[in-house]
Amino acid sequence: MYSFDPTEEQQMLIDAVNKYAVNDLRAAAHEAEEGRKLPNKLISKGWELGLLQASISEAYGGFGERSVVTGVLALEEMAFGDLAGTMAVLTPSLFAIPILTAGNEEQKQTYLSKLVEGEWRPYTAALIEFSFDFDPNALKTTATINADAYVLNGEKAYVPFAKDAEAILVYATLDGQTQGFLVPKNVPGLTISDEREKLMSLNALPIYRVKLDNVNVPLANRLGGVSGHDFDLILASMRVASAALAVGVANAAFEYSKNYAKEREAFGVKIAQKQAIAFMLAEMRTEIEAIRLLTWEAAWKLDNNREDAVNEAYLASTGAVDMVMMVTDRAVQILGGHGYIREHPVEMWMRNGRGFAMFTGLAIV
Amino acid sequence: MPIEFEAPKPITQAQFMLRTVGEEMIRPKSRYFDEHEHEIPWDYIEFMHMAMKSMGGSSLAPRENGNGKDGEDKPKRPPLGYQLIATQIESLAWGDLGFYHCLPGGGLGAAAIHAAGTAEQKEKFLARFMDDKPTFAAMCITEPGAGSDNSAIRTRAVLDEKTKEWVINGEKIFVTGGDKSFTEYEKLGKGFIVVWATIDPSAGRAGMRAFVVEGGTPGVRMVKLEHKLGIRCSDTAAISLVEARVPFQNILGSPTVEASTKGFKGAMATFDATRPLVAASGLGVARAALEFLKEKLAENGIQIRYGLPRQKLTSIERDVIDMEIMLKSAWLMVIKATWMADNKKPNALEASMSKVKGGDVCTKITQKVVEILGPLGYSREFLAEKWMRDARITDIYEGTGQINRLVVARQILGYSGSELR
Repeated sequence: MYSFDPTEEQQMLIDAVNKYAVNDLRAAAHEAEEGRKLPNKLISKGWELGLLQASISEAYGGFGERSVVTGVLALEEMAFGDLAGTMAVLTPSLFAIPILTAGNEEQKQTYLSKLVEGEWRPYTAALIEFSFDFDPNALKTTATINADAYVLNGEKAYVPFAKDAEAILVYATLDGQTQGFLVPKNVPGLTISDEREKLMSLNALPIYRVKLDNVNVPLANRLGGVSGHDFDLILASMRVASAALAVGVANAAFEYSKNYAKEREAFGVKIAQKQAIAFMLAEMRTEIEAIRLLTWEAAWKLDNNREDAVNEAYLASTGAVDMVMMVTDRAVQILGGHGYIREHPVEMWMRNGRGFAMFTGLAIV
Repeated sequence: MPIEFEAPKPITQAQFMLRTVGEEMIRPKSRYFDEHEHEIPWDYIEFMHMAMKSMGGSSLAPRENGNGKDGEDKPKRPPLGYQLIATQIESLAWGDLGFYHCLPGGGLGAAAIHAAGTAEQKEKFLARFMDDKPTFAAMCITEPGAGSDNSAIRTRAVLDEKTKEWVINGEKIFVTGGDKSFTEYEKLGKGFIVVWATIDPSAGRAGMRAFVVEGGTPGVRMVKLEHKLGIRCSDTAAISLVEARVPFQNILGSPTVEASTKGFKGAMATFDATRPLVAASGLGVARAALEFLKEKLAENGIQIRYGLPRQKLTSIERDVIDMEIMLKSAWLMVIKATWMADNKKPNALEASMSKVKGGDVCTKITQKVVEILGPLGYSREFLAEKWMRDARITDIYEGTGQINRLVVARQILGYSGSELR
C-alpha cells in the first residue's frame, strides 16, 4: 500500500520538533550566525528532544528503535528552524548511527550508552576532504595495516566540534573501499586546526580541519571490527539526511517569502497577487513536494532494506541540491532588495542552500 | 497507516499486464497510427474492452468502493481506485499516449457524472460501459472563445417548458474522443457527450451546468476532426449543437440558478480527480522515452555511474540522472494526489501540483531524449520524436501548466479567484 500519513507518534514528534525549531532555533539563528556561536543551552534543549536516543534500543541506553522515515520527518522540521543549529544538535549522531548500524557488539557496548545517556557530548565524524573532486567513495585519506594497528594518513575538512570531540569517526580508503575508524581524542598524529573553518554559511557551527599524520588505531577500532562494514548504507543514510535538511531549509524560505509576498504591496496590490510572484511560489511549493516525496521514499526503502535504497538516496539528495538552491534563491528574489539584507533570513537560507552540494557527511539519520 | 511506499499487488499486476499489452499490441502499431491520422485501432479497442470486461471493470472510471465488486463479507481494504487507474494510464501511455485515449469507456464524460450526477443518473448513464460492445463518452467544455477561462462558455441551454426538454445551442471544440463518443459506429455501443452550457448567461459561473447528450442526438453535428502535432489516433472533435434537444433529467446538478457556483465547482471537482491522471499519462510517455534512451546508451557502451559526485559526472550522466529524479518524484506526486482522492482527502493542491510537475517533466524529458539521441532521436525510424510530439499535449489539456500554477498559487496563498486573477 501507499500511504503518506505519519503515525500518531511521529506526528507528536513532528509537533515537538517544530516547536523547538520555531521558538528556539529560529529565534536564535540570526544572532548565532552573526556571532558565530550557538548557545549551549540551545543545543541541550534540542538534545532533550531525544532524536538520537529514540533511535537506539534500551540495551544500549536508548529508548527506541531506528527509523529512517521518522528521522527524516524530524530533520525536515528541525531544519525549518535553523540548519546550523540542527547540525549541532545532531552531531553526535554522526558517530553513533554508523556504530548502531555497522558497528560490532563490542563497539556498540563501548560507545552507545556513553553517548546517549545524559547530556549532549561532542562525538563527531570526518568524511569531507578539501578537494574539488571530493568523492565519499574515493577518499584521499588512507588507512593501511601495520602489524596490530591501522595507520591513518590524510586531511579532513568540515569536521563539526572536532576541537572538543571525545572521539572522531574518520573515514578513509582501505583497499579501495571507504571504511570508518574510531579515533579517540589526543592520539599521536591527530592535529585539529586552531582556527575554525569559515564557510559561506554555517557560521554558528564550529567546524575544523583535521590532520592525520600516521595516526595509529587498534584493529578493533575499525567500524564493524576487523572485517569492516558496508559503507554504502552509511552514505545513503547521510544522503537521505541531507535531502531532508534541504527540504526543511527550502520550506523555511518558501514560507517566509510567501508571507512576505502577502504583506508587501506594490502598484496597489499585494505582490503575491501578481502572477509573476504567485507562479514562483507555486513552483517552489511543487518542487519541495517532489523532492520531499522522493526523500520519504528513499527513507522508507532504507528502513525496509530495499535493493535500490542506496540509489534512491543518491537520487533524492542529488535532486535536493537543485531544489533547495532554486527555492532559496527565489525567496531572495521575492523579497527583492530586502532579501539581500541580512536582517531577513532569506539570504542566509540561500547560502545554506548552495551548501547542500557539499554537506553530505554533516548529518545522518 | 504509516508512511509506506510498497506498490500494492493490484498495481504491480496491472503494470505487468499492461506492459505486455504495450509491447505486443500497441508499440508495433504506434507508428502506423501516427502516420494514418484518424484511423481507429479497432483490434486494440476490442481487445481492451474484452479484457476489461473479463476483469469485471468496464472502463478506467473508479468504482464506488474502489475495489470493484467485493462482496460484503470480504474484509475492507483501503480503497485503491484512483491510484490503480493512474498506474493503468501510465502503463498504457508508456505503450502509446494516443492508444491510451482510445481505451473504451467513460473517460472524462463518465468522470463528470461520477462527480456531479445523482444516483439515478449514474445508474442510467454508466451501466452501458459493461455492454458487449466497447463504448465511449467524452467531455465538451472548450469553445472557440473559451479555453482555460471556461467561465466564458457561451453554449446556451434553455428549458422548453412544454416538452420539458433542454434546448442546447453552441459550438464545442477540442473534444477528446468526441467522434467515438457521439458518431454511431457499427463496432461501438451508443456513447454520449457531456456538454457544458449556461442556463443563465447573466449568472456567470452560477449558471453553468453540464448536460448528458446521447450519441446521435439530432441537431448535434461533428464539424471536423483536428489534425494535431501528436496523439494522432486520439480523435479531437469540433461539435456544433443547433437546437439540440435533451431530456430534462439529463442535467447534472440543479436545474435552477442559485446564488452559488456549485454547478461550476462540480466541473472543477472533476479536474481535481483527473489532473493527476493526465499527469500519469504524460509520465508514461516520459518513462518510455527515458527507457529507450538508456537502452541506446547501453548499446553504445555508455554506463550511467550512479553515486558519483556531480562534478565527476559526464553531461549525459547528469542529464539521465536528473531525468530519473524528475520522473520518480513526479510519479510520487501522482500517487500521493490519487491516494488522497481514494481516501477522500481534499486534494485540489496536490492534484494541481502533480499536473504542473507532470506536464513539465514529460515535456522536458522527451525533448531532452531527442536531443541526446541526436540524429537517431530526430528520425522517424524510432519513436522518440513521436513521444516528444505526443507528450507536448500533457502540459496543455485539462488545465495548462499556467492554469495549474494559478490553482496551486491560490491554494497556497489562500486566495480566491478574484484575489489572484
